[in-house]
Order: sequence, then structure tokens, then C-alpha cells
Amino acid sequence: MDERPAGTAGTDEASASVVEAVFREERGRLLAALVRRFGDLDLAEEVTSEAVEAALARWPVDGVPSRPGAWLMTTARRRAVDRLRRDQAYAARLAVLQAEADRPDLAPVPAVEAGELPDERLQLFFTCAHPALAAEDRGALTLRYLAGLSTPEVARAFLVPTATMAKRITRAKQKIHGARIPFRVPGTAELPERLPGVLQAVYSIFTEGYAASGGPRLQRLDLAEEAIRLARILRRLLPAEREVAGLLALMLLVHARRDARTGPDGGPVLLDEQDRGRWDRPMIAEGLGLVPVALTGGPPGPYGVQAAVAALHVEATDVTGTDWPQIVALYDVLLALAPSPVVALNRAAAVAMRDGPEAGLALLDELADEPLLRGHHPYPAARADLLHRLGRHAEAAEAYREALALAGTEADRVLLRRRLDAIERPGAAGT
Amino acid sequence: MKYMLLINAGAVGEEGGAAGCDVGDWMAYDKQVREAGILVSGESLADLVTATTVRVGEDGRRTVTDGPFAETREILGGFYVIDVPDLDVALDWAARCPGARGGGSVVVRPVADFEG
Repeated sequence: MDERPAGTAGTDEASASVVEAVFREERGRLLAALVRRFGDLDLAEEVTSEAVEAALARWPVDGVPSRPGAWLMTTARRRAVDRLRRDQAYAARLAVLQAEADRPDLAPVPAVEAGELPDERLQLFFTCAHPALAAEDRGALTLRYLAGLSTPEVARAFLVPTATMAKRITRAKQKIHGARIPFRVPGTAELPERLPGVLQAVYSIFTEGYAASGGPRLQRLDLAEEAIRLARILRRLLPAEREVAGLLALMLLVHARRDARTGPDGGPVLLDEQDRGRWDRPMIAEGLGLVPVALTGGPPGPYGVQAAVAALHVEATDVTGTDWPQIVALYDVLLALAPSPVVALNRAAAVAMRDGPEAGLALLDELADEPLLRGHHPYPAARADLLHRLGRHAEAAEAYREALALAGTEADRVLLRRRLDAIERPGAAGT
Repeated sequence: MKYMLLINAGAVGEEGGAAGCDVGDWMAYDKQVREAGILVSGESLADLVTATTVRVGEDGRRTVTDGPFAETREILGGFYVIDVPDLDVALDWAARCPGARGGGSVVVRPVADFEG
């Protein structure tokens, strides 16, 4: 499926980028297969790194092998066998683990010699997003082990110091090992309970990329792309799961607007002011193609419904031409599926578009005491926008100032300051 | 792998016993655990009014006090030690335990293995 053209030893630069591309795809696959084979994340990680190092030394000289994945797997397995020969006590312990891992409800050990590596990443997805692990660590483990990012890269992704992230990953690994969290795909009966955790881990990577929670930049596109890549893998591995299609569709439809979301001053450009010519049409087409998959064949899930909302936005020629009644209806469905004050906030904004700012403001005021919205800058920002539209400028300015104090990124503050200036110095900035 | 299921009662009756639990449910659960061949040990603890706490100070003197008594925290009402292949199986058994319902909880702790 992922057969890549075999490279030859060309210029150093060219082969280095081929090698890197192979690693991006193969690292997670290799790790998953080794974890499955040896039942031990530490050993799998160690020999995966050794195999990658060996490839870095050999491939630029010998050329990229025709089946890079199989080459890496063979090398890693040899290293593992060497390691186990050196450390008999460790080997004995793993033999016990392996005997248990071969329980009949698990898939048979893959035969690498057969050629194409079997894809065992799904097991690893479910381990990384296991409910027994802290929610905040699940996205980090998924990035580390399935996207193949290094610990410092994962630390940067979640904006924490490397030492902190290293500690979190070590602790999570200790729990996986010590409590024996299994490497297995949940059965059909368990899947509805467990899949949302995996999807949430991937989506948390996306949202961190889409609206960075802190730092100077508004969007971190590399993270959003990483999340999309992970969702594509999941989609291949679980083609019958509609919510996987829904998640991928949602991320594609949101990510397609990336170039139009940031203005020349680095501030965010909201939907109503975006240059729709800068939207990524091929990505939109791919996302729109997945929405019917997500919404047919059973009751909709929360990602499918959110993808449908995103689809209505990208299908409209402008904000006034958007099907707001349909969006409000979809938010009603979403609220019934997964009640959340943030969804209620979005619904209030959609109602304001359908019925006017007064109606939206009344709904927002009902949410004033929601603890989850306290400290959430979009709430006062949404109130400010509606107050502004109603001509209640003093109250709008007050709400913008409240939002400014809460906004985490400089980019968000730029936008809010611009809107505040427009009220305080009317004429200077239009409106 | 051995796991201890620590069963905490959510609601506590006047005598410090778990309130609102059905004896029939417990008997059925206990039977299932035994018949599955996973039971290492298990006990149900007597009501909390019978509990006594012992502490030994740095000077070696022992202090014995009545209690503890149930306050707002959940209290340990019993435990099972089971031997199952992995955490998912242990969590399944914990979820089936009547003590996990009605405001109670079951804490799953792997038993330390000093031979590994």
C-alpha cells in the first residue's frame, strides 16, 4: 500500500530527504510491529532507534533498499535478538510476556519475510489513548509513538519544557509497563467505548495546531498536518468506523482554510472577512467527499456532525449566504450528543446569524455562569461582537477588554485590539 | 499478573457498613470470580465501627485509637486479588463488581512483582 519508489544513492540532499520521508512513515509502523512481537515498549523503542541510525549510516552510501520497511524491521529484530542474548534475565521475563501476548484472541505474529509489513499501528493507537492514562498524556504519546516525533518535538508541540515532557512520557510508559496496559485492539463490544479516546487524542493534536494555546503564532500548521496524517492512517485501519471519517473530514475542512485565517499583521481573520479564493479547494473536495460517509449508515457521531457544520461553511459563497438555520439545527444535534458549553456558545453565535444579534445575546447571557466558559476568551469576544452590532459600544468595549485579558496568543490579542480600536476610535478603522 | 481490586463504598450506613448494596449481587459476583479461576484471595471487611488504628511513634510508643470513622471520604469495604493477563481484563472485572456502582468505586492496583 505504501510502496515507495526505490531511491538510489544520488546527491546527499536528495537521499537525505528520501530517507527522512521513509522514516516518517515507517517509524510508527516498525515500532508497533516490534511492540507486538516483543510485548515491550522500551525494547521496541531502543531497537527502532538503532535500526534508524543504521539506515542513516548505510542508505546514503548503499542507496535506499527496495523495501525500506522490511529492511528496518529485519535490522531492528536482529538488534533485539542481540540485546536479548546479552541479557538473559530480561529475555526470560519477555518470554513470559510473549506467551501471554499469544493468547488466541490476538492476531498471530506477523511473518516479515512475506514482504509487505503488516500494519499493527492500530494496537498502538489504542494503547497510547488508553483510558487508564492521563488524558493530557494521550495526545503526547500518540505524537511520540505513532507520528514518530522526538521527545523535544512533542514538548514543543504541547508548549512545555522538554524535561517536563520527558518526565510525563516516562511516567506514562511506567504505567503501561507496570500496570500491563495491553497492546490490543478492543473487541466489537468495547470499540464504541474506546474509539472516542483515540479520536480525541488525534483531535487534541489538531486543535493544538489550529489554535495554539499560547505562544506568538496563531496556527502551527505542522501539528495540524501531523494530526491529519494520523487520521488518514486510522481511516485506512478502520474503514468501517464513520466517526473516523467524520474526524478526518472535519480536520480537512477546517485546515483547508489555513491560508485565509491569518492576516498580514499575524492576527486571525474570522470567517466573515476571509478571502475564500485562498481556501484549499482540493482539500475541501476531499473533506466534502467524506461527510456523507460519516453521516450515513447509522446515527451521527459528534465528529460527523461537526464536519457537516464545517461543510456548510465551505459550501457557502459568503457569510450571509451560509445556511444558518441548518447550522443551528446541527448544533442542536451536537448538543444532544455531547452537551458542552463551548458548543452552546457556537450555537448562540449561529442563532445570532439566523435571528439577529439580540437573540444570540440572550442565549449568551444564559451561559454567563458556566464555569467552563470562565477564562475562555471566545465567550466575552462573542458577546462583544453582538453588543457592537447592537450599537451598545461601551458594553462592547468592556467585553473586548475582558477577552483581551484572557487571550492566550498574541495573534488573538491583535484581532481583539483591532476590534476594540474600531469602537474607541470610530472612523479610524472603518466598521 | 496479579491485581488488587480495592472496593470503596460510596454510601456508608449508620454502623459504617456499605449502604444500599444487594447481597444477591455480591454473591453472584463472587461466584463468577471463583468460577473464572482468577481468584487469588478476597475478603469483605467488617463494619467500620469495629476498626482500630495503631501508630508507633519515633520513641517506640504505640498509640491505639478507635476508628477511623467514615467521614466524607470513601472507605474500604473489601478487596479481591485476581490473577488475569492484563489491565483491560482487570478493569472488566472491576466494572462488573457491585461495589463500583451506587456511588462506590473500585481502585485497581497491580501487585508488585519483585522477581521481574
